[in-house]
Amino acid sequence: MKIKSTLDVKIFNTISYSVVGFFGIITLLPFVILLSGSFTSEDSILQNGYSIFPKDFSFEAYKLVFREPDAILNAYIVTLSVTILGTILALFFSAMAAYVLYRKEVKYRNKMSFFLYFTTLFNGGLASFYVIINNTLHLDNTFLILVLVHMFSVIHVLILRSFMQGSLHDSLLESAKIDGAGDFEMFLRIVLPLSKPALATIGLFTALGYWNDWWTPMLFIENEKLYPMQYVLFRVMSTAEMTSAILNTSYTVELPKESLKLALTVVSTGPIILAYPLAQRYFVQGLMIGAVKG
Amino acid sequence: MFLPIVIYFLIFAYLPMTGIVLAFKEYNYQGGIWGSPWAGWSNFEYFFKSGKAWIVTKNTVAYNVVFLALYTFFSIAVAIFIAEMRGKWFKKTAQSFMLLPYFISWVIVGAFVYNLFNYEFGVVNSVIEWFGGDPVDIYGTPSYWYFLLPFFYLWKWVGFGSILYLAAIMGIDQECYEAAIMDGATIFQKIYYITLPLLMPTMVILVLLALGRVMRGEFEMFYQLIGNNAMLLDSTDIVDTLVFRSLVGMPDFGLASSAGFYQSVLCFVIILAANGAVKLYNKDYSLF
Repeated sequence: MKIKSTLDVKIFNTISYSVVGFFGIITLLPFVILLSGSFTSEDSILQNGYSIFPKDFSFEAYKLVFREPDAILNAYIVTLSVTILGTILALFFSAMAAYVLYRKEVKYRNKMSFFLYFTTLFNGGLASFYVIINNTLHLDNTFLILVLVHMFSVIHVLILRSFMQGSLHDSLLESAKIDGAGDFEMFLRIVLPLSKPALATIGLFTALGYWNDWWTPMLFIENEKLYPMQYVLFRVMSTAEMTSAILNTSYTVELPKESLKLALTVVSTGPIILAYPLAQRYFVQGLMIGAVKG
Repeated sequence: MFLPIVIYFLIFAYLPMTGIVLAFKEYNYQGGIWGSPWAGWSNFEYFFKSGKAWIVTKNTVAYNVVFLALYTFFSIAVAIFIAEMRGKWFKKTAQSFMLLPYFISWVIVGAFVYNLFNYEFGVVNSVIEWFGGDPVDIYGTPSYWYFLLPFFYLWKWVGFGSILYLAAIMGIDQECYEAAIMDGATIFQKIYYITLPLLMPTMVILVLLALGRVMRGEFEMFYQLIGNNAMLLDSTDIVDTLVFRSLVGMPDFGLASSAGFYQSVLCFVIILAANGAVKLYNKDYSLF
């Protein structure tokens, strides 16, 4: 049966398509301008400003970025290793905690949840966090601190727990127990594999947090070898230290600052945009799981 | 198996809570938190007398309330629009575009914003000049930012928010709609009498979670978009940017720790109050 469009549906559709369409264009536009600007020559930017299509096509900025690739490459490696290591550890331990909270045999489950939950209600503030990290634990200027600061989120643990409650049957674990499986074995061989959709989503959230982090290095890292991508980008954006940040040369010729900044932005955003279509599939799926209140 | 996470939270969340006494100390590096001499209320006196306290409180609360209201409204609107759409291709494409900003960092948004609005060759000024107008000094004029900040907040988050609400709409029993159509309801009536009421629980939870963060403004956005721009600070400084600036560069632990303490306590009180209010209204909606 074909649903016939009545007047109210027509009005509604006109509104919804134009609003959503407009919003879609608005979100995309800056990306296009950025990409176009990075391929435009510096002179053209300074004279004509930015545009949607590059007016005076030029690879100059990219050539400069990759002239001395060491700093950029190093930042990439830091970002990648922090993201991968941090995400894997965070997922594993979060799932473990969620598993404990999910098992009904565990006494004091509610108290344990509250132990985690309380940290979202009250915290010591940035100043004391800063002093504890730097002065008490002496973790400043280490690779470890980049991994640790964003490791766990209470909400993620609770989402994982709700997922397990919703999709794992008690009888499954019981039968495994009868077959002689230990708690940890059950976790590794039953719970983890069956939680894949939720893990994929939480993993994506966590990875995104690591990838986009710039303030942990800003607060705690002084060693240039440990600068991740976003922080390098931030330094280039906010200061004129372009040369020391990415070009290890005493380059005295006028640098194409604006297009160089854009090219660097494109280079640092590239991977996440490329991974985006793949990620989006899991993401939308996973949010559906998480949003249903458990 | 719960142990790793307990240790982590003890060190990274509970240990810093003890550091809150820092607000009552005259911090020096040798003494650390416990060895530094007590300062009584002098840090707070300094914070409140500097005039900063009122400015940052006002900005933090005002901006966040506006953000939250607009974000909730637009997320729900977009979610309803998308849910009612028939064209699959359009739906998918628009959704992909809208989610894109969620994936990039505020550093990059900061770069966008700078390229759009800077005085000499920003896109906006290029367009204005092209039409023969005079360029506008956006980075020097606070009043523009009352609109720009909410705009970019929405730009970055509405795509994500609409998916949350869309998920809730998908969970609504289709039979309700079918029955309504049988009775001859228009699409607007369907939305008003079915979708919106059934979205309420999701909305209350999300708003409640956000209310708990009302004193923790969107720090990354403010810092990346405004930075240390002195001309804009009075109208855009929030507690988090104040604390952050007090720590980076020339640390001012007195100001940072007293402002942070003030923030933590207010946050705690607001969460308890909001949750209590919702509990009075409907017990099932509350967080704890």
